[in-house]
Amino acid sequence: MYRKKGIIYGLGITLLVIVLFIFLPNIYNNTSFLFNLMLYMALAEGLNIIYGFTGYLPFGYVGFFGAGAYSAALAILFLHFPPLIAVLVGGIGAFLIGIIFIPLLKLSGAYFAIANLAASQALYYIVANPNLEKITQGPYGISLANIYNPQVSYYVMLSILAFSMVTVIFIRFSDYGLALLSIKEDRVSASLAGINVPRERSIAWGLSSFIAGLSGGVYAWYVAVFYPTTVFSLEISVFVIVFVLFGGIGTLVGPLIGSLVLYSFYNFIGISTPQYFQLSYGLLIIIFALFIPNGILSIFEKRGIHVP
Amino acid sequence: MLSYALIGGIMYGLYFGLVGMGLNLIFGVMRMINLAHGDFIMLGAFLTYWLYYLFGFNPLIVIPISIVVFLVFGFLMYYVFVPKLLHSKDPEMLSFILFFGVSQVIEAIIILFFGNNQISVPSTIFAKLFNVSTFTLFGNTFPISWLVVSVACIVAFVLIYVYFFYTKLGYATRAIMANRHEALVSGIDVNKVSAIAFGVGIAAASLAGVMGFFMIGAAFPSMGTDLTTISFTIIVLGALGNPLGTVIGGLIYGVAIMLMQTYFSSWTNVLPYLLLIFVILIKPEGLLGKAVRNV
Repeated sequence: MYRKKGIIYGLGITLLVIVLFIFLPNIYNNTSFLFNLMLYMALAEGLNIIYGFTGYLPFGYVGFFGAGAYSAALAILFLHFPPLIAVLVGGIGAFLIGIIFIPLLKLSGAYFAIANLAASQALYYIVANPNLEKITQGPYGISLANIYNPQVSYYVMLSILAFSMVTVIFIRFSDYGLALLSIKEDRVSASLAGINVPRERSIAWGLSSFIAGLSGGVYAWYVAVFYPTTVFSLEISVFVIVFVLFGGIGTLVGPLIGSLVLYSFYNFIGISTPQYFQLSYGLLIIIFALFIPNGILSIFEKRGIHVP
Repeated sequence: MLSYALIGGIMYGLYFGLVGMGLNLIFGVMRMINLAHGDFIMLGAFLTYWLYYLFGFNPLIVIPISIVVFLVFGFLMYYVFVPKLLHSKDPEMLSFILFFGVSQVIEAIIILFFGNNQISVPSTIFAKLFNVSTFTLFGNTFPISWLVVSVACIVAFVLIYVYFFYTKLGYATRAIMANRHEALVSGIDVNKVSAIAFGVGIAAASLAGVMGFFMIGAAFPSMGTDLTTISFTIIVLGALGNPLGTVIGGLIYGVAIMLMQTYFSSWTNVLPYLLLIFVILIKPEGLLGKAVRNV
């Protein structure tokens, strides 16, 4: 009963988000802000799958985003794929990278976070290496100017966001999600209870990387010109982790609220007083890690209000 | 070529041992990841630069100053952040986020005061002081500053070793490393001892910053992230929580970097990361470590 209600609420929220983002460009003309907001929401939901449900903190999550952006771009440049399929190639590219990184899941806690960070940096240095200029253009960036189409890519981003939300709803209200949560609590007990720990966490990892890759692919399409430093920037990982934590991990709406509140706030500071941007965002992280470590949704949960 | 890379690598490695030392102390004692580690190295470098241009201080004079300043700073910082973090559900992961915030704040403040520029102290400063500019070892010539840095690093290692293994304080610190709760039960003032260890860790990082100009070149506000990752490679290569391991990790790293620069220079950047992943997957407890982590 609880699950049925949760799924209905969850799908309702997804529908609401879709309708909102379809209508918002009519009243608010800064579509690049809206696009980035959707992008961060999708990434936050993607990270939520692995961090919120299994407890692995992927500090190098941006590696999948960058891998997706580059796979999509290379599919367009060398194989002349239509952009829509290239975005899918981006997702698959990141998924394959995710499969290569599966052995990292054997590590726990800080070891995993560090190893994942190192893995994403290694990817960055490989892609940005001037020796590979013929393939990845090295550090000089990629230009996809002839397929630039902000209108269509906006809606593709929206559908990716919807896809990530539906995935999270499914995980949160299924036996599979329960299995993941038990892995988060205690791996040994979970496997004693008959859960195939390596398989379940690898599936979550794959889904998570796939969503990041799709987002990377559509980002490449939307901005059309980008550099390895922009799509492999550690800042993206940290933003997304902070958004998810700020909202509340392991929920559907937490990452959405976190992204909405904090990304708007960052954007506001970035425009009004850019010189204090880094300072205020650092301070915000500190305050929030010390005082609301379980996210804003935990305040509701404490009062007995269940949020999907 | 080879002997140059090896000897240079050892001197480089001693320096990188110092770079990783502070992070290892803090991780060993607190089980916390100081992601702002590299930023304290950067702060040490900026302090050196500032004192040099304002008062003409030689980096050798800056060493005791920076040790005192950062020891106190680290000590106070412990009390602001750590006890509160230890009460949360998952201190290890939360410390990750928290210290990332700290690193951003440090970087932002430095940029506000000094601008987003590269700074450096002339590397000839030791040559002027000692009236020699190079020295020769097994037929290879190295700048004198490398020798000064190597000696300073060895002195720092000896001091940390003595603190760790031959003082009462070090004894208590090792007890906390072994088991925080049991140390508390046996009457050790856990917070005070940890705070001192935290201060020593930060001071060691700042010392690496003072020496940084002569080994890794110019300093800039955003240098911290890369240094933190390099430090991780080094302490994982050695063993987490073992200061001797960090020195060995540093030496391996230094020699590997030098060999890489000599033979495959364009891929040098990737090396620390690949090395880190490799070691962490093959032997997560480090080369000198006892098996402590279950997988």
